[in-house]
Amino acid sequence: MSNEYLVEVKNLKQYFPVRNSKGKLVPLKAVDDVSFAIKPGETLGLVGESGCGKTTVGRSLLRLYKPTAGEIWFDGQLVTDKNMHEHRKEMQMVFQDPYSSLDPRMTVEDIIGEPLDIHKLCKNKAERRERVLELMKTVGLNAEQATRYPHEFSGGQRQRIGIARALAVNPRFIVCDEPVSALDVSIQAQVVNMFEDLQQQLGMAYLFIAHDLLVVHHMSDRIAVMYLGKIMEVADSDSVINHPIHPYTESLLSAVPIPDPKIARTRQRIVLEGDVPSPMNMPQGCPFRTRCRYATEQCAAECPTLTDRGNGHFVACWNR
Amino acid sequence: MSEEKKYVLQVKDLHTTFVTDSGEVQAVNGVSFNLEPGKILGIVGESGSGKSVTAYSIMQILAENGRVTSGEVLYNGEDITKWSKKQMTGFRGKCCSIIFQDPMTSLNPVFTIGNQLEEAIRLHTGKSKKEAKERAVEMLKLVGVNEPAKRVKQYPFELSGGMRQRVMIAMALACEPDILIADEPTTALDVTIQAQILELMQELQHKLGMAIIIVTHDLGVIADMCDEIIVMYGGRVCERGTADDIFYEPAHEYTKGLLRSIPTAGNTHERLQPIGGTPINLLNMPEGCAFCTRCDNAMKICLTQVPEELQVGEHHRASCWMNVKQAMEEAAK
Repeated sequence: MSNEYLVEVKNLKQYFPVRNSKGKLVPLKAVDDVSFAIKPGETLGLVGESGCGKTTVGRSLLRLYKPTAGEIWFDGQLVTDKNMHEHRKEMQMVFQDPYSSLDPRMTVEDIIGEPLDIHKLCKNKAERRERVLELMKTVGLNAEQATRYPHEFSGGQRQRIGIARALAVNPRFIVCDEPVSALDVSIQAQVVNMFEDLQQQLGMAYLFIAHDLLVVHHMSDRIAVMYLGKIMEVADSDSVINHPIHPYTESLLSAVPIPDPKIARTRQRIVLEGDVPSPMNMPQGCPFRTRCRYATEQCAAECPTLTDRGNGHFVACWNR
Repeated sequence: MSEEKKYVLQVKDLHTTFVTDSGEVQAVNGVSFNLEPGKILGIVGESGSGKSVTAYSIMQILAENGRVTSGEVLYNGEDITKWSKKQMTGFRGKCCSIIFQDPMTSLNPVFTIGNQLEEAIRLHTGKSKKEAKERAVEMLKLVGVNEPAKRVKQYPFELSGGMRQRVMIAMALACEPDILIADEPTTALDVTIQAQILELMQELQHKLGMAIIIVTHDLGVIADMCDEIIVMYGGRVCERGTADDIFYEPAHEYTKGLLRSIPTAGNTHERLQPIGGTPINLLNMPEGCAFCTRCDNAMKICLTQVPEELQVGEHHRASCWMNVKQAMEEAAK
C-alpha cells in the first residue's frame, strides 16, 4: 500500500452503551460508519454541532476510546492496541479547555516534559530541560516561566503550553479539538497563526475540530461536515463554504453569524426547524431528514452514502 | 418631551467595584449610555471588559463583594440605584428582565417549567393560579415551544438547550417588561439553534416593542440587529456608534485590531493580524488608556491620561488619543 495518506480512517464506528429510560442498555451511536483520509501536511477541518460526534472521532483516532468497529491506518500501518503506544509518538492531541487539560500540580516544565519521559526521548535531565525550553520558545513562552504552575497563566498562554506538550514528541499528526473556542477573540488569532506557522515549519498534518466555521475555513485545506455521527459532505474548504451541496451544510452556513453588517443584512437565513434528534433514538434512513426541507420517502427508507460530485466533492444526499 | 423621558434607561458614569483578596477591582469604570424605547443596544467586549457587570449593576444582582460605587441608573428618569430592596424586586421582571448565558443553570432543576413560569407571573401581576397557568402556556407558545401544554409539566433536564433558552425568554417576557437584557444569550448554543433564538428575539421585539440590551463577545451576533453598538475594554467604553460605524469606520485602536484579528468571509486566505499581548488584568490597570499596553500606536499621552470621548461621526464617538492627534493635525493644516 502506498503512503499517499498519512491517516486513513475506514468505516469507524464508536458506540457507547447507555441506559434508556426503561433501564435497558442500548448503543448510543456517537460515530456511525465514518471514513476519511488525511495527507501528510494537510489540514482537514471537522465541523458540526455539539453531539455530532466530531470530538469522538478525534479521540477514537488516538485510541483514547477503543473503536467499536472500523480501522485506523497511520502511515500505512494498522493501528492496534499493541502498537498504539508507538503510534502516539507520532499522533498527538490539543484539547479544547486549557484549564482542565493541564495538571494544576505540575510545573510547566514537567507538563511539557511528561511525553518525553513516557517515550524515553531524553537521556538525562539536562537534555530534557534543554528540549523543554526549546519547545517553550517555539510556542512563544519565556524560559523563566518553566518553573511556574498552570494557574499563573492566561487562557491563551495555557493553550500554548498544551501545544508545546503535543509538539514534544515531534508528531506528524495533531488532533486539535476546538483549540481556540475557549479563548478570547483577541487571543484566538494569535493561536490560529501559531498553528499555521508550526505547520509550515514542521510539516505536520492537522485534524482541526471546531464549530466556528469561519476559523475552520481559514485553517483548513479540506472540510468535513458531520451530523449525528455521520459525514454529510467533504470537499476542499472553498467548495464547502462557497458552494455547499448538502442541505445541512447550507443551513449551517446560513446560520453562522458574519461580522459584517452589509452581508448580514442581505443574506437569507435558512433557519432549521426543531432540534437535533437524540443519538439514542436516531431517525431511520438519513439522520438529517427530520429537519430537511428536501426530505422524501427515499430519505426515510435508506441512508445515503457519500458519493463524488466531481473534483473530490463528496456528498451524502439523495436529492441534491 | 424632556431629555429624561425620551429614554427608557439612562446609565450615567457608572462605577462598579469588587473587593477581592488581592485588592479592589474596578470592573466598570465610568460607563454611560442611553437606551430609547424599542431600540436594540449591543454591548461587545471580551472577558473582563465589564460588559456583564454593567448589566448586573443595572439589575442590582451583583455578587456579594460587588458594589456600585458611583453613577446613576435612570429608569424613565428615576434613579434606581437609590431604590430600596423591595422597590428593586418590583423592578426586576416587571420593568426590566434578564436572560443569562447558560439556560441550564438559570432554571431550577427541581421545579417544572410551568411552576417556574407561574411563580414569575404571580409575583408581578395579581393573576390567580389558573390565570397564571394560562399565561404560562400562552408565553411558551409565543416563544415557539412546541406542545406548550405538555411542556409546562416537564422539568428543565427534559428540554434541549435551545428549548431551555426559549423558556428563559418566555419567563423574562411574561410580565411585559420595558427592557430585556440578554447576557450572552446564545453563547452556549449551537449555531443553528443560535440563529433560531436571535430570530426569535428580533421577532418578539417587533411584536412587543420592548428595548433590548444584548451583551456578547461575538461581533457576528450583533452585526445585523443592533441600532447602536458599544465596544467595551477594561471597564470603559472605547467606542459607540451604529453597526456600520463600528464595522466599516472603526475609530478606536482596539476595535480596529479586533476587526483585523477575526476571520471573515473576505480574508480567508490572508494571514490574521492578532492583537498582541495578553488580556487585561483588572488588578493592574494602566494609568492611562486601558488598551495602551497592547496598542501598536500607543503614544506617551496614552500611558498617562485616560482619553476623553470625541465625536467622530453623527452618532459615532470614540475614546482614543489617536483621534485627538488627527484632529489637531488637521487643524494645523
